[in-house]
Amino acid sequence: MPRLSRRELLAGAIGTSAGLLAGCEGRVRTLPPSGEILAPNHSIGHRIRDGFRPGPASDRWQETDVVVIGGGISGLAAAWRLRREGLERFVVLELESVAGGTSRSGKSPLTAYPWGAHYVPVPMPENRSLIAILREMGVIERLSPDGAPVVAEQHLCRDPGERVFIDGTWHEGLYPSAGARPHDLDELRQFRAEIARWVKWRDAKGRRAFAIPVSTSSNEPEVTSLDSISISEWIRRQGWSSPRLLWLIDYSCRDDYGATSAQTSAWAGLFYFASRVRAADGESQSLITWPEGNGRLVQHFSDRVRPQLRCGLAVVDVALKKVRDAQTIEITAVDVQTGEAVGFRARRAVFAAPQFLAPHLIRELPKDRQGYAREFEYSPWLVANLHLRERPRERGFPLSWDNVLYDSRSLGYVTATHQTGIDYGPTVLTWYSALCDDGSGDRDRQASIARQRLFDMTWPEAAEIVLSDLERAHPEIRTLVERLDVMKWGHAMVRPRTGFVWSQARRTAAAAFGPIHFAGTDLSGVALCEEAVYHGVRAAEEALAGLGRSINSLM
Amino acid sequence: MNRAPFFLLYLNVLVVATCGLVYELLAGTLASYVLGDSVTQFSLIIGVYLSALGVGAWLSRFIDESLARSFIEVELGVALVGGASAPLLFLSFAHLSWFRLALFGIVLLIGTLVGLELPLLMRILKDHLDFRDLVSRVLAFDYLGALVASLFFPIFFVPRLGLVRTSLVFGILNAAIGLWGTYLLRPLLPKRGLVALRARACLVVGLLAIALFKADALTMLAEENTLPHPIVYAKSSPYQRIVITKGQGGFQLYLNGNLQFNSTDEYRYHEALVHPALSAAKSLRRVLVLGGGDGLAVREILKHSTVDSVTLVDLDPEMTSLPERFAPLAKLNGNSLADPRVHVINQDAFLWVQEPGTTFDAAIVDFPDPGTFSIGKLYTTRFFRLLKSRISPRGAVAVQCTSPLVAPQAYWCIIRTLEAAGFSVHPYHVAVPAFGIWGFALATPQPSSVPSDIPADVAPQLRFLDRTALAALFQLPIDLHRVETEVNRLDNQALVRYYDAEWRKWD
Repeated sequence: MPRLSRRELLAGAIGTSAGLLAGCEGRVRTLPPSGEILAPNHSIGHRIRDGFRPGPASDRWQETDVVVIGGGISGLAAAWRLRREGLERFVVLELESVAGGTSRSGKSPLTAYPWGAHYVPVPMPENRSLIAILREMGVIERLSPDGAPVVAEQHLCRDPGERVFIDGTWHEGLYPSAGARPHDLDELRQFRAEIARWVKWRDAKGRRAFAIPVSTSSNEPEVTSLDSISISEWIRRQGWSSPRLLWLIDYSCRDDYGATSAQTSAWAGLFYFASRVRAADGESQSLITWPEGNGRLVQHFSDRVRPQLRCGLAVVDVALKKVRDAQTIEITAVDVQTGEAVGFRARRAVFAAPQFLAPHLIRELPKDRQGYAREFEYSPWLVANLHLRERPRERGFPLSWDNVLYDSRSLGYVTATHQTGIDYGPTVLTWYSALCDDGSGDRDRQASIARQRLFDMTWPEAAEIVLSDLERAHPEIRTLVERLDVMKWGHAMVRPRTGFVWSQARRTAAAAFGPIHFAGTDLSGVALCEEAVYHGVRAAEEALAGLGRSINSLM
Repeated sequence: MNRAPFFLLYLNVLVVATCGLVYELLAGTLASYVLGDSVTQFSLIIGVYLSALGVGAWLSRFIDESLARSFIEVELGVALVGGASAPLLFLSFAHLSWFRLALFGIVLLIGTLVGLELPLLMRILKDHLDFRDLVSRVLAFDYLGALVASLFFPIFFVPRLGLVRTSLVFGILNAAIGLWGTYLLRPLLPKRGLVALRARACLVVGLLAIALFKADALTMLAEENTLPHPIVYAKSSPYQRIVITKGQGGFQLYLNGNLQFNSTDEYRYHEALVHPALSAAKSLRRVLVLGGGDGLAVREILKHSTVDSVTLVDLDPEMTSLPERFAPLAKLNGNSLADPRVHVINQDAFLWVQEPGTTFDAAIVDFPDPGTFSIGKLYTTRFFRLLKSRISPRGAVAVQCTSPLVAPQAYWCIIRTLEAAGFSVHPYHVAVPAFGIWGFALATPQPSSVPSDIPADVAPQLRFLDRTALAALFQLPIDLHRVETEVNRLDNQALVRYYDAEWRKWD
């Protein structure tokens, strides 16, 4: 039997945790014993911005059918679509040493854990491409007679899904109904009725007001005009003032878009609540999740396109050339490790990197499209994975998958072990925060100020932010963390700010430029996994058509 | 000194004697609770205690000066050690492997200190009393005190206060006598250090009083209030709180405050849990037990002579090793977990069942009731499907399913979930006095009929089940008839919500 320390013995005797006793010894702000900062490679990006354009040696050129630029979910979905069609002569070029973009994940001996995106709502029957992918993965077992996917139980978010910490204790669900006054509940009912109205709404062509993918949503002015005001302005016009309702909507915008309710368009705000509900009286679609979050999708795609996937290659130049009267794309990439330049001559390209890179990488991109690309704005995010040697003591509703703090600007944390069924002992918590609150000043600078702050942040600073936030709900958290790793996402999510989703810029960006097709979730204006997959598959099918292949479309 | 203080000093002797014997009784009771075999325990405790009295008496000769002061110091020492003895012993039993050393160490210490008391008191009084008078009165009060203690200990103190509070109350009484002594023996005490002596006495009274009044903060005492019988073992593992109480001729095991069995009637529960499935299974050789770390189900399984391997998967090593540390449980389960045919795996069954492995001819599923989400997952379609894949086609599974009378929705939710997972299910029930009406499910991968008899070699070993009783298990009276429920899935945990609502209503 291990010897107990005096403190543990005492703690056991008075039925409390040693951590609480530690707290009595004076508030020592201790940081975890280990951890590191991870960040996407931005130095090469800055060099490209500053004109870095090396040329490959003449023997370093390779002919191929398609080059997919960017190995995030959208690029991988494009590659998956090409592979599914039997194409083998293509490459996926990814700057980072691992594919996945913001759906990347990590792994410890205990469990895998996400570094970003961590769920996919069960797709509606219309979303054929995503259903095909999930069926291939065995996540969707079959389709019910009405076409609705039936998801294998272990892939659906295990109950309890959500809890919220308010007034010193945890409560089930996201909306803090404990302590809500009649006025609060009344406005919540009104809000839900308004959402139900939009769920039911159809235009003359039978299109829904808010549908996934966004491109299938109605473009009637009654709906799109909602894009011209912020969701907080829309709430004000409804005459609602319940702090809890305002919090729910603001939290949802920060969670899904990395933007406050004042920064998010009313269209996007309503889209969040209405697009994932099938029928007006129905529940939101259940969530599919894995311990590693959407890293599971990355794994599946990567397995399918392993020979084509080239990581650690930064695309620095995309140029259109005429070779023997045939349109050719010359793509230059730099090996991040060796600095050596390599070239690809392709018949088609799928540009699946964020739009803001397009003017820097694609030569001869027309002036208007360069302007449009600059309209895309991105939220910086701070994500931390905390390895705990023991679970914190709970007050109120037990540990859930998603755990939200009402009095915090963070987004709370998800529990990586939740889906595995490991319910005791060590765990990994993934803590999220969108940096969206540096609100004043002109909008061009808001995100970049926050991004600069993120880049300058040291590990002790980041760890302190994470721990002092979690301390509100878990006072002993510092004594439990064995390791705390931090990811700085400079451009984590496209921001559906007021006026953006239905802007000319957003709607034009998805159109092909010659043989270059565009993918990426940002083309939808909302950072959803479904949108990333949709654009990837769409762009791949465009490229396949451009290669002269007749295909059975998944769109 | 006038005569009044003398009389009070005899009262002092009475209280000291009572306290001393109470500590001895506490140690004996506690030892026989937790170690079993009360004859041995009491015999050893009395022997050690009496010899320690002798050691104390002998040691008293070495005290030459300030007798009164030494007497009070000793009294405070007895108060502190004796008063804290029961909580200390419980803690040491839960935390230390050398419990016996702590037990006899404390008994030895108390005995020695008590042994010092009388000789010192007699020497204090000898200058003021005739020797014949002195011996007769002091010893008379001493033995009277023993009578008081031995009468009130089992009649009043243990049933009303429990061991821990009794111990603390007598400690306080003892220390209060010490404090009082500083006034009674004032003329015999040196002026120097008197205030400090009184302060120490107050400190001891204070410490023990805090322990008593803050008793609710001590989890053990809090439990003692909620449980009907005195606690004899308590241990918090990373997974649950294990508590054993003793009363009414048997002992009871609680996990997180929920009764798991009472040793007097558990045979009804475990015979009903195990034998229907084992009688239904064809070519019974390999048996799986999920939960059931107390080894009582395994005891029943090993009565089937064809069984050559039992795999027991229980989350908590503290539970599966409990028989090694709590002898009465080892006796009750026939030391089943130490049987060479039994293989114990300490793992969450939800994780274990996902790993590839061999199949079993029968499985006994004996998890705690689905009161939490982490236990609720063990009653889901996902879990039962995985379990089914580990059962041979003509095998059988028994599942404990909480009370169909108290929680009909919870009970039928488990039945419906087993059906949804592809099992053919026969619901059945049994009356267990400690629990009330209890429900089970007999589930088979292929459609099957209810077993009609217990194997001939097993039947003579049973106390409850025979052919008739077996058939009666499957006859559900109308108040236990089926109610409609949802299927329990990982993503809805409907069962935990039914269970919580129904038991809350019942309580």
